[in-house]
Amino acid sequence: MTAKIAYDDVEVGTELPARTFPVTRATLVQYAGASGDFNPIHWNERFAKEVGLPDVIAHGMFTMAEAIRVVTDWAGDPGAVVEYGVRFTKPVVVPDDDKGATIEVSGKVAAKLDDRTVRVDLTAVSAGQKVLGMARALVRLA
Amino acid sequence: MALDQSFVGRSYPPTAPYEVGREKIREFAEAVGDTNPAYADPEAAKALGHPDVIAPPTFVFVITYKAAAQVVQDPQLGLDYSRVVHGDQKFAYTRPVRAGDRLTVTSTIDAIKSLAGNDILDVRGEVHDEAGEHVATTWMKLVARAAEEA
Repeated sequence: MTAKIAYDDVEVGTELPARTFPVTRATLVQYAGASGDFNPIHWNERFAKEVGLPDVIAHGMFTMAEAIRVVTDWAGDPGAVVEYGVRFTKPVVVPDDDKGATIEVSGKVAAKLDDRTVRVDLTAVSAGQKVLGMARALVRLA
Repeated sequence: MALDQSFVGRSYPPTAPYEVGREKIREFAEAVGDTNPAYADPEAAKALGHPDVIAPPTFVFVITYKAAAQVVQDPQLGLDYSRVVHGDQKFAYTRPVRAGDRLTVTSTIDAIKSLAGNDILDVRGEVHDEAGEHVATTWMKLVARAAEEA
């Protein structure tokens, strides 16, 4: 593990560079294929509405994959992530147009722990609503 | 109908090994739009101290989710999968998953709860490599929403 950020250089409150990730219907089809999760709520509007959703929604695991990029891009080595957990609180609704939706992710150091590890708390927002709760990663820094 | 509490603590047999390929990792990284070179370039991964390309942190879910099928589709458990949503997900890593790994998953039902007619199922996946070394533990909370009254 070779994180490019040194433990001694961060403080509680240090903000990680925020990112905005686009997600379109094409993104969801590609993620379905790569992940093997072909649940039709992620690509079939008719089915999604039948089961009471407003429209097609993104895979929760897609949102989770995007959110941790804020941490892995900051740390440099994705192998520096030692724990990562989220709660899926709201769906990311993806309309059938060229723009799709966006997921805005920010993160900050919430605690400095033993063993050169820090806890990063993440916030992920789509259409003005928090889509992840308790989104936290433990990262071992240099 | 509430799920049978006697399933709490039940472990399912380890899965056959899943062989992690470089191109599968590349495909997954492209699908999440992540261009980190550690996922695609073995030299870049080696420069970070990894023996081969590593997988993005959430990739291991692809394997543990497949393994959890034997739990969620267990006819004796009787979960209504058509009403299931993903509640929580957590990972703890001993080391990152990497190309060349042959990974087995042992799934265990950690908890079953019933809340306002919803069935809540916690499934833990223990992921080991071919040498029997621990790679990651995953925790997945599934919520089967209460069926609507007819």
